[in-house]
Amino acid sequence: MRSYRDVFSELNQPKRAALIPFFVLGDPDFDTSLSLVKAAIDPGADILELGIPFSDPIADGPTIQKADIRAARSGMNVHKALDLIKAIKAYRDIPIGLLMYYNLIAHYGTQRFFRDFHAAGVNSVLVADLSIDDAEEVEGPAKAAGLDTVFMVTPNTAPERMKRIAARTTGFIYTVSVLGVTGSRDSLSNSVESLVMQLKTLTDAPICVGFGISKPEHAVAVAKAGADGVIIGSRIVDMIEANLGNPEKMAAEVSAFIGEVKAALSTSA
Amino acid sequence: MKHKGRYGDYGGYYVPEVLIGVLEELEEAFDRFRDDPAFVAELAELSTHYAGRPTPLYHAKRFSQHVGFRVYLKREDLLHGGAHKVNNTLGQGLLAKYMGKTKLIAETGAGQHGLATAMIGALLGMETKIFMGVTDVERQSVNVHKMKLCGAEVVPVEGATGTLKDAINDALRYWTAHVTDTFYLFGTAAGPHPYPTIVRHFQTCIGIEARRQCIEQAGRLPDLVLACIGGGSNAIGIFAGFLDDKDVKLIGVEAGGRGLRTGQHAASLVAGTPGILHGARAYLLQDENGQVLDTESVSAGLDYPAVGPEHCYLKDTGRAEYVAAEDEEVLETFGLLARIEGILPALESTHALAYVAGLKGKLDPDTVVLVNLSGRGDKDVGIVEQHRPLT
Repeated sequence: MRSYRDVFSELNQPKRAALIPFFVLGDPDFDTSLSLVKAAIDPGADILELGIPFSDPIADGPTIQKADIRAARSGMNVHKALDLIKAIKAYRDIPIGLLMYYNLIAHYGTQRFFRDFHAAGVNSVLVADLSIDDAEEVEGPAKAAGLDTVFMVTPNTAPERMKRIAARTTGFIYTVSVLGVTGSRDSLSNSVESLVMQLKTLTDAPICVGFGISKPEHAVAVAKAGADGVIIGSRIVDMIEANLGNPEKMAAEVSAFIGEVKAALSTSA
Repeated sequence: MKHKGRYGDYGGYYVPEVLIGVLEELEEAFDRFRDDPAFVAELAELSTHYAGRPTPLYHAKRFSQHVGFRVYLKREDLLHGGAHKVNNTLGQGLLAKYMGKTKLIAETGAGQHGLATAMIGALLGMETKIFMGVTDVERQSVNVHKMKLCGAEVVPVEGATGTLKDAINDALRYWTAHVTDTFYLFGTAAGPHPYPTIVRHFQTCIGIEARRQCIEQAGRLPDLVLACIGGGSNAIGIFAGFLDDKDVKLIGVEAGGRGLRTGQHAASLVAGTPGILHGARAYLLQDENGQVLDTESVSAGLDYPAVGPEHCYLKDTGRAEYVAAEDEEVLETFGLLARIEGILPALESTHALAYVAGLKGKLDPDTVVLVNLSGRGDKDVGIVEQHRPLT
């Protein structure tokens, strides 16, 4: 199984940032979701960040909330997420990080969750509502299952805490670019570049930046600041919402957009 | 954080990283000011002259006669704003002021906490935003109007059902983006640490007063203490006064809605299983995949799928017992109390009274039962009229 390390080391000569699209599994339905993920893999997604819909996504803005509702209504749940991930991995061996909420994991059984999802091809599970302070609740089972650890750093995380987070990271640091929830934004937060540079002085762990990365130029700016990866979620989910009922157009837009960002990241390297 | 904020296995602070800093700041401020002489004096002064503490304990003689044992009502309904909520909003509002925050946000279900926050926002000259589910905005329009009169902005929240849970989700999201100048005035003894501890602290006055008043008036401690439970702030407030009195039985009454068997209720302690919502591990109404279920209750203030962590702990340890009262018995009891005592109880508080009414003839006449009448029912008159039109 391809690892994060494989991806980041391959992108090192010359140094390019990994392109990491985010999808809510099952948005808007199982089959379309699979074809959308493929449409992102083909033009060059390096890693996938995937969510399992939850009824109360407190870290998400309206775009992802609506995606969660669409996915849940189409019948997506933890069990079907396993099937969808297996189908994605059958198409391409691409590293997958889950980004999700704790109750789904706790309810399924933490050990069993990590074991089953690792077996399906998942590389890491980032729990949006579990901070480093309670990391011991998931770290043991995650490591035992063979998963990498990914934690979040936000613009208001104290430097001392950043170091503690970095020390427990084996996958990458999910760096949140803004104070706020997920969502497309017109302009990049002006603190994100300094945040990336600060993290780079504190750790060798790969730094991936998400929340509000909506345009190729945002991705390029973040990469130029030294980020090892850019995570684009709401902007892509917007394309799903704008084209409901027309899966071909959704896939075409996602594919074109990923291609555009990929090209921007490659030429700027 | 200095403390984990656990009650047994329950509680904690399961929140996104972005909220950790502001919760730490809150914990530190609460530790620093809770016993600060200036803070304590200012809170005491406002509690007395602004809110109306202490509230009376009233021996409801005709209701007692009806049920066949001695019932005393702790009259939190007589407080400014019409509910116990002001105890907490005064405390947290002052805390916000001492912390140098200039803006308040809050969630609300029935609108009582929203109103109590709007009042304190006006009192302290702070900009106030209240998040409220669209369903609740509609069924509690009088409170919405009152909040606006007090200068608060009411933000209607769609979400899954447009009730309290959705309002909390959106308040948390808003807070995430405004942590630097905004104080989240949480309304119930739930949510992430340190809120359950803070809310309990500011509501404990109910139990302390009630214990003293009961000894004065009834000549002894009560046998039973009852309160309704949504998130559980009025209940933990009154229970806290009696936790060490091992012979006093504590009963929390949840919203049985249309009946536990229908699945349309909000009885998380009675019918839920442990899970994680809104920053805490607690009993939760959830489906077989861990999705949080929609709740149903005639009272907006109890329409919540989780519950405060200390109640979960009291349930597991057996120190308190938790039961449910259904909408029908609640509406019946609302009418009864109005007819024989001239008191309109909030539909939330009526759940506790309904359970007491159900004990009619089953207890020794000398039994002393203390009920927290946590709010008044003026806001519910329209809802009662819909269900039980006067002829």
